[in-house]
Amino acid sequence: MTAKTKKEYDVIIIGGGPAGLSAGIYTSRARLSSLLIERGALGGQITDAELVENYAGFAEGISGAELGQLMQQQAAKYGLNIVTAEVTSIELKGDKKAVKTTKGDFTAKAVIIASGSERSKLGTPGERELTGKGVSYCATCDGPFFKEKPVAVVGGGDVAITEALHLAKFSSKVILIHRRDRLRATRILEERARAEPRIKFLWNTVVEKIEGEDMVKRLNLRQVKTGKKSNLDVAGVFIATGFKPNTDYLKGFLPLDKAGFIITNDRMETKIPGVFAAGDIRLNSARQAITAAGDGATAAVNTEKFLAQ
Amino acid sequence: MSKPIEVSDASFAKQVLESKIPVLVDFWAPWCRPCLMAAPVLEELAKEYANKITFAKLDVDQNAQTAAKYNIMAIPNLIIFKEGKPASQIVGYKPKEELKRDLDAVLK
Repeated sequence: MTAKTKKEYDVIIIGGGPAGLSAGIYTSRARLSSLLIERGALGGQITDAELVENYAGFAEGISGAELGQLMQQQAAKYGLNIVTAEVTSIELKGDKKAVKTTKGDFTAKAVIIASGSERSKLGTPGERELTGKGVSYCATCDGPFFKEKPVAVVGGGDVAITEALHLAKFSSKVILIHRRDRLRATRILEERARAEPRIKFLWNTVVEKIEGEDMVKRLNLRQVKTGKKSNLDVAGVFIATGFKPNTDYLKGFLPLDKAGFIITNDRMETKIPGVFAAGDIRLNSARQAITAAGDGATAAVNTEKFLAQ
Repeated sequence: MSKPIEVSDASFAKQVLESKIPVLVDFWAPWCRPCLMAAPVLEELAKEYANKITFAKLDVDQNAQTAAKYNIMAIPNLIIFKEGKPASQIVGYKPKEELKRDLDAVLK
């Protein structure tokens, strides 16, 4: 972006993951002047995925980073403007929506919110203090530091199983700790995890405390059914229990549900006219790259209709 | 120096610990995707903070000794060294604005 960045747009898209970039491809092709605001790196959470195997059209799978890059190239080809900045405040009511950012203030007639979600914290003692010292939220980033060492993964969904499978390539033992007695993960992932001898399961178990001074040493566990407490010596613990929507900046400006998700209808419209939402940030999102992309396209098509009114 | 320099186990003491100005060391590895995404941001910052902070990169696979010395268990991991000692540490991919806040704090 240059200094002469335009200030007024037809549509502003907040978030540069699959939802935001897909929305941008559609709005740019519709010849709506479009600005996408991303605070970090384009591509969103998908860039952490080593291999995306369920995005239709990529039969052999594709790395998340490459998929993100292709989406970005495709959007740029049709003239999507992109700025790297953080949204500091927002005004969504009325015909002219105002978005203030660390790189200047912008206005638009419509806004598509696609700022996604991030990993939830466990909230146990020791987690914050030992983050980066054995507590991790990204196995593809930190897995190789645990070569031939025992590690734990906390969670029971797709992300937890994917992380456990990745860690099994490096670590001597991967203990999957899940608070229920069965997994939430996709069956094919569960089958792979059960077939991997280095992965062990601890069911109905929660982590109460992460111990260690300079590095993670031990987990204090509790069996939820019996209440029995135990310790588990590990060098690392990967937290994959869930996600929290990135909607803090919207509080007070847009109705959110209790957990902070945005409620939309099937046209991706929020409660405020001209404000749409797409991807993980929506209540009951399927949390897949491909559904996020679909949401983005739907939001863009309906934005076009809204602006034509 | 307006571009990040490469440092190693062998050159760490001279290039980082004995530097007259603060040095930000980016502990990274080629298999770490967020590290690759952070690299262009650090290159931009290296220009903006030229002559105030030296930007350096250390490949943790090639230089395990230094990585182990500073207990690097997660990357991207940025440590800002001031007068030979870690003054600030940033773990994980962080947007540019947030990094600038940390850099400015170290320069104060």
